[in-house]
Amino acid sequence: MEQTLYTVIVFSENRPGLLNQVSIIFARRRLNIESLTVSASSIHGIHKFTITALTDEDTISKVVKELEKRVDVLKAYFYVDSEIIYQEVALYKVDTEAVLNSDVIEELVRKYNARFLEITRSFSVIEMAGHTDEIKELYDALNEFGVMQFVRSGRIAITKSTKELLSDFLAERNLEDPR
Amino acid sequence: MSNQKISGGEALMRAFIAENVETIFGYPGGAIMPVYDALYDFRDQLRHVLVRHEQGAAHAAQGYARVTGKTGVVLVTSGPAATNVITGITDAMLDSTPLVVITGQVVSSLLATDAFQETDIVSITQPITKWSYQIRNASEIAWAVARAFYIAREGRPGPVVIDLTKNAQFELTEFDYQPCTYIRSYVPVPKPDLTKIEEAANLINKAQRPYALVGQGVTLGHAEKELVAFLEKAQIPVACTLLGLSALPTQHPLFKGMPGMHGNYSCNLKINECDLLIGIGMRFDDRITSTLDTFAKQATIIHFDIDPAEMNKNVKVDVSVLGSVKETLPLVTKLLKTTRHDEWISSFDALDAIEYEEVIKEETDPSSDDIKMGEVVRKVSEATHHEAVLVTDVGQNQMMGARYFQFTKNRSFVTSGGLGTMGFGLPAAVGAKVGAPDRTVCLFSGDGGFQMTIQELGTIMQEKIGVKMIILNNSYLGMVRQWQEMFFDERYSFTTMHNPDFVAIAAAYGIKGKHVATHEALDEAIAEMFQDDAPYLLEVKIEAKGMVFPMVPSGASVSDVRLK
Repeated sequence: MEQTLYTVIVFSENRPGLLNQVSIIFARRRLNIESLTVSASSIHGIHKFTITALTDEDTISKVVKELEKRVDVLKAYFYVDSEIIYQEVALYKVDTEAVLNSDVIEELVRKYNARFLEITRSFSVIEMAGHTDEIKELYDALNEFGVMQFVRSGRIAITKSTKELLSDFLAERNLEDPR
Repeated sequence: MSNQKISGGEALMRAFIAENVETIFGYPGGAIMPVYDALYDFRDQLRHVLVRHEQGAAHAAQGYARVTGKTGVVLVTSGPAATNVITGITDAMLDSTPLVVITGQVVSSLLATDAFQETDIVSITQPITKWSYQIRNASEIAWAVARAFYIAREGRPGPVVIDLTKNAQFELTEFDYQPCTYIRSYVPVPKPDLTKIEEAANLINKAQRPYALVGQGVTLGHAEKELVAFLEKAQIPVACTLLGLSALPTQHPLFKGMPGMHGNYSCNLKINECDLLIGIGMRFDDRITSTLDTFAKQATIIHFDIDPAEMNKNVKVDVSVLGSVKETLPLVTKLLKTTRHDEWISSFDALDAIEYEEVIKEETDPSSDDIKMGEVVRKVSEATHHEAVLVTDVGQNQMMGARYFQFTKNRSFVTSGGLGTMGFGLPAAVGAKVGAPDRTVCLFSGDGGFQMTIQELGTIMQEKIGVKMIILNNSYLGMVRQWQEMFFDERYSFTTMHNPDFVAIAAAYGIKGKHVATHEALDEAIAEMFQDDAPYLLEVKIEAKGMVFPMVPSGASVSDVRLK
């Protein structure tokens, strides 16, 4: 089967134990979670998971149905990269001496639309937002001068549709709410 | 709203009563004692059946739920008690049985300290429940218990675990019980999509050789009448899956039997001859389909189910009709033309005749002196005028029960389908009889499975539960032995059993019983067994190397169903 990187977005109620419920559905199929971001969504009281995994369409569609089957999950969706705008954030720690001794690091920061977050006598922290490969490119370039520490976030993503898909679901559900 | 405060334990009892609970299957222990203390004051309103092992409580609650259609309730303590109910919870998850399992838990302040009899049962049960939740304050009891019953019962049913810390059981709380009728994040019954209904009806109207496979969804959805109306209008022959049995009377002219690994010859072969296959409240389990590569490839497939996750999970279908079959079947029936498929329906008969000659005749009416499993099942079914509830354990006894017992009433078959839990039978029969005290409940078990939960004879003794227990004793783990004979060069690796005297054990519990080893003794013992409504254990020495046929060998096509 052809493997594609899918981005799964899960909206859930904010209840204890949900991360476990979500992750065991991937684990049961031995699907490696490439990245996972969990935070409050734009809708009050609703949490959002953004998960990436490399698999085939049949598998990911079954995973999404199993996620949605969990009682505290409102909705789950999966996307390929062309359907979403996505981003990761990375932090690079480099030696401040290296920054001062050469123009290259400054040029790299400009080229990759990165920025200095902090500059101390001993180290400087550069922040960059972008796609996985761009973040890797900057890492490789900076590593010519020695990267002391490097960290990157999981993916966050937003769909190309004009509104939050969950709002339709919520509107429909609210109509059925007997209270 | 009453301002009078009550204990958490009492709040739980009142919540049970608000949910119309009448029976609880349980076992007390340290971390659930305040609840049991409250139960003492409610013992006139709530029947508590004291089992002998917590696994028995879970299976008994399953048996109860399956015959009554109500939610089974289990009450146990923390730690080992909680882990002992896991097999029953998993079984209920796979077989869509509504259960609310209350486990005690150590006091909140001791959580995550490896306290005495502490186990993280909420995490353990997440993959095997519809919902599992820990209550740490008495004030949460009304909300969480209402939600638990709603989730267990609504939509595709299943088990729910409520873990109740000991401090929450003691604490005083105000109690205002509101039944749960809505959960924002949970859509129990998808609304029927009328386009799909029309597509399904059109396909059925066009079909020359339609064939329906019916599962437990029809029983769970109380749609037995709707099913008959649907099948009769379009004259569709039907087979019931293991859990679907008794949704339709065995005697119905359109009923053709059971498909699957040990199903009927015709029911398997017709899967690859029909032009339209209609799955109704079933999930195309691998024991039905065998290898998917050769399953109904020639047919158009329609799938009726309540669970979106079942659609295209195993078998890719042409039309998915989501929703409760109680709603969707009548919508389709309305659009159906009254048709006949006489030739197609009667084409099952020739195959049935082959199966009768090669398998059924000798199995149910043997020419040799040995008693055969099918013979026992047939005779017991006849003695009950096919009106009894059949409970089975797992293995050859289960397949023989499913094949040769006849049903005239719905909710008459209780077995462990998805999980295949040996040891399920005896406690499930206890629960079935408690749930249906006016019906005859017959258990078929093997000598292996019976010993896995044999301790529940104590429950039968104490509660005077009139279960008719039939042990088909071949001194083998028969199904595994059959596979060893067929597929492992007759290498009988650890399938021989040296058994105790089951009748003597029953006698020690004050339960009547008899050993039989001849056809005549069998007839007499069956007559004696049904003389009254008392518990009875009938140990039948059956042919040692009996086999269940037909058989679709693991990995073969349903077309390659073997008669020997």
